[in-house]
Amino acid sequence: MSTRTFKIFRGDKEGGKDVDYNVEVEEGMVVLDAVHQIQRTQAGDLACRWNCKAAKCGSCSAEVNGKPRLMCKTRLDDFPEGETISVHPIKAFPIIRDLVTDVSWNYEVNKKIPPFTPRKDANWVMYQEDMDRVQEFRKCIECFLCQDVCHVLRNHDKKDQFYGPRFMVRVASLEMHPLDGLDRTKLLKNEGGIGLCNITKCCTEVCPEDIHITDNAIIPLKERVVDQFYDPVQMIWRALTGGNDGNKNPGLQQKD
Amino acid sequence: MAESNSILNPNGLGVNQRHDAWWLSPLLTFLGLGGFGVYSTWAAFQGAHYEWGPYLSPFYSPNIQKMFGWSYPFSFAFVFLWIPLGFRGTCYYYRKAYYRAFFLDPPGCAVGEPAGRAYRGETGFPFILQNVHRYFFYLATVVLAFLWYDAVEGFFFRNEITGQREFHVGVGSLVLLVNVIALSGFSFGCNSLRHLVGGKLDCFSCTANARMRYKLWGGVSILNLKHMEWAWVSLFTVGFADVYVRLCSMGIWHDMRIF
Amino acid sequence: MSDDVKYQTLEHDVIVIGAGGAGLRAAIECSARGLKTALICKSLLGKAHTVMAEGGIAAALANVDAQDSWQTHFQDTLFGGKYLNNWRMAELHAKEAPERVKELERWGAVFDRTPDGKILQRAFGGHTYKRLAHVGDRTGLELIRTLQDKGIHQGIDVYMECTVTRLLKDGDRVCGAFGYWRETGRFVVFKARSIILATGGIGKAYKITSNSWEYTGDGQALGYEAGAELVDMEFVQFHPTGMVWPPGVMGLLVTEAVRGEGGILTNSKGERFMEKYDPKRMELSTRDVVARAIYTEVKEGRGSPHGGCFLDISHRGAEYVKKKLPSMYHQFKELADVDITTGPMEVGPTCHYTMGGIKVDADTAASRVPGLFAAGECSGGMNGANRLGGNSLSDLLVFGNRAGAGAADHAKKAPAPKMDEAQVNDAAKEMTGYFERPNAENPYQLHMDLQNTMHALVGIFREEKELSAAIGKLEDIKRRAKNVGIAEGNRMYNPGWHLCRDLHNMIVCAEAVTRAALMRKESRGGHSRIDFPKYDDHWGTHNIVIQKQGEAMKLAPCPVVQIPELKPLVDDKKAKEAK
Repeated sequence: MSTRTFKIFRGDKEGGKDVDYNVEVEEGMVVLDAVHQIQRTQAGDLACRWNCKAAKCGSCSAEVNGKPRLMCKTRLDDFPEGETISVHPIKAFPIIRDLVTDVSWNYEVNKKIPPFTPRKDANWVMYQEDMDRVQEFRKCIECFLCQDVCHVLRNHDKKDQFYGPRFMVRVASLEMHPLDGLDRTKLLKNEGGIGLCNITKCCTEVCPEDIHITDNAIIPLKERVVDQFYDPVQMIWRALTGGNDGNKNPGLQQKD
Repeated sequence: MAESNSILNPNGLGVNQRHDAWWLSPLLTFLGLGGFGVYSTWAAFQGAHYEWGPYLSPFYSPNIQKMFGWSYPFSFAFVFLWIPLGFRGTCYYYRKAYYRAFFLDPPGCAVGEPAGRAYRGETGFPFILQNVHRYFFYLATVVLAFLWYDAVEGFFFRNEITGQREFHVGVGSLVLLVNVIALSGFSFGCNSLRHLVGGKLDCFSCTANARMRYKLWGGVSILNLKHMEWAWVSLFTVGFADVYVRLCSMGIWHDMRIF
Repeated sequence: MSDDVKYQTLEHDVIVIGAGGAGLRAAIECSARGLKTALICKSLLGKAHTVMAEGGIAAALANVDAQDSWQTHFQDTLFGGKYLNNWRMAELHAKEAPERVKELERWGAVFDRTPDGKILQRAFGGHTYKRLAHVGDRTGLELIRTLQDKGIHQGIDVYMECTVTRLLKDGDRVCGAFGYWRETGRFVVFKARSIILATGGIGKAYKITSNSWEYTGDGQALGYEAGAELVDMEFVQFHPTGMVWPPGVMGLLVTEAVRGEGGILTNSKGERFMEKYDPKRMELSTRDVVARAIYTEVKEGRGSPHGGCFLDISHRGAEYVKKKLPSMYHQFKELADVDITTGPMEVGPTCHYTMGGIKVDADTAASRVPGLFAAGECSGGMNGANRLGGNSLSDLLVFGNRAGAGAADHAKKAPAPKMDEAQVNDAAKEMTGYFERPNAENPYQLHMDLQNTMHALVGIFREEKELSAAIGKLEDIKRRAKNVGIAEGNRMYNPGWHLCRDLHNMIVCAEAVTRAALMRKESRGGHSRIDFPKYDDHWGTHNIVIQKQGEAMKLAPCPVVQIPELKPLVDDKKAKEAK
């Protein structure tokens, strides 16, 4: 058994500082184990969120050595021996205390996205090839690491203009559902602010569920926005054929 | 405690708490894209040494000078070169690469950006023009067809004695062939194409037509998964193909006949 | 502190405590019936333990096996519960589960499909037919996300990171709840005409558990202290397959779907030992049987290097495993450095589920306290002595829905709640008291002692001597708990402070489990007595019901709720199993 030093942020919105803690390390340990050990033996009031400890609930998001990670799946033996490990709260959201931040904005965004609304003619027969695409998006555990790392939210603080990658994934799961009857393209372009995304892919890099956020959700949605708002040929075609370009479900309602 | 707050909210270029060499990847991108940009501009301006034997530099395809016998006051490379340039410039992968490496927006994940810039993403001029990517794809596909023609031509050498067209394989033939394969791998993994062939459908299984497009979408998706790799490989091969033809034409390098 | 404590008051028709599957489903039903509904949860919304449910939702849809019916599902549930289930609950559950699953699909859930486009169902321990509707191995996440999205768009008021510490009463009936915001430590009082408890299990009272910090028996303890009865508390389900290595993830769940998809259990000698314990069902025997089998193999020296046994799915091929069990693949790859597509995992029993809980009426989920309802894991009766895998998610939906309807009906008739300031002051004093104890007992240490006691003395196998010793230790822990406190930090997001109060609930539940286990002199389902290894006829028809009498816990056997019309089905199953 060896010891390792952790540099953990302690403080709240008034301010704070990094505090060093020495932790007894055992085999296979993850950062969250170390935080628990510190709570148990050195700082009973160290605030941190966690639940499942199995990378399934997305509660224990933090920045470990400057990278947005889930503490429960960041193994200590991934770091060089002797290296001090820094643990900070996620930066894109206001701090509450220590490692806990106020992520309530995300829940507000979700309320703005019209939920699944089945087509009137839905017969509930669906095939796996259609499910596969949607199921990838449904893997999201709402850890909000993608929101944290997205520079539109993190550096430019455009929370009033951009939903963030998590909710691009959410919209994708609805738009690509074979039986959903709403069209959220206009919402994406306007309130959703999809144009603010410059597809620099950090969201995909940090996703603990390996969702291809950029390639499978955001870019396909951007292309749908192009179909409706930037592609002159398709726009003329729709005008001539009465709104149906042969690809969309009939009778879609536009939501904005 | 003002100073301690800066632990959590540092801003400004390059500010970060990462322990790894996050700057390496944008630096390599900067050097790679920058180097190619400088070389290709220079090569396009030359207006010379773009063909040797049956080989034609991809920068100068289609060879309209030869086709129509026109002469231009400038290098005719520019007549079509804007197409592949625009295709790559609006490509979703390259956008990521140069937004990071050239615009530092952001320079790396969880790394600070230059302070005090207004950010509009792709909502305003000029970047709103990225939305025309699919049109560049259409045009680039036409250019790609010429490049395939050139690559095939690269296997038919003129016998200097008889004047007959003969099938041979030179190192240059292979260079051109590999290049056009790489370019195809890049083009047909295009995100816009992936959308147009099937991605835009909400239901893959609803009609026979949709089921066919689902298969096409699956094919493009396979290439698209490695779009970055295809982008770099094809960038390298297209540059190398030009260098190869140029060196042969200048007599610095002698093409070897394999068959 | 002064008598008038500062607190915020929020008024609703119905409050639901706990936002897992049952709580969410209940809240959706209440608000669909036009009532002002609050949903209170200790964590953020969507993080409840329901996300850990992996295998699927048991419902007799008969999409894969056409012979399946609610009758067979009912029979399987009773056989799994060793006939101690509340028959009416098992009946309602089997009948209504298919509709609840289809409803989820209409709300946007995307289940795996059969080739003809229906919801795919997989085999699971104790289920006669392929019955579990699933989404790979993350069915719980799909369920909770679907309900979450349905709920927030229906206008439920969600109060996140809020812990309820007391139920407030107006005479006999409940009229509200007292709690604190985890973020600020400030107090809040929720006034309501009906209250639904849906707080889940008590796993955190055990050392090796698949449960997270939230599962401290809050609902059971709150209900018990408000006058509700607890039932079947001795039945604790140890899931046979938890991770045993590395130490940090010990107890973490390995879904039963691994066995459902064909996983094989072997011991250190390479023997497929389930042949000895249940040759008919093998790996897909009920959970109590498999857990005891693994425990016995390890105890007799045939365990794996880290004290478990081997579970191997690699023969199904890498692609299949990654497609059907993706999160298991990642869990082992990332946390234990084991590739389950090429080799076996090491697994052992882990405390997973409590069959027991608040005794409720089957049709309305009402407890005996007027206005107080319970659903999901914190209620008892549905699962008898042992729960079948997959019956938990369907239980949440069926009885969440019924509790919502029951609470809504009650709220419509009930008079406006009247608050008693003295109760609020008392509850507040309890919470601030934890900061006012010099030389206080460390809550983390006391928690570990409780866990060690329960693990060592009230675990998979129990006997009189150990259970009596456990009672003694629990008395000691109770005494120490009176002096538990925290010196560090303040009321803002202070996990040490939170644990002080959670401990109280865990101790109540631990005592209920231990006393009931001591009383039941037989072995049945999730309760195995070394000193009474066989079934007992008397106990085979009686549940143990617990209620609070003064400061003491009063236990009494109570006949199982049977339904004459269903007797032929039960007799038929008994006869089949006897063969």
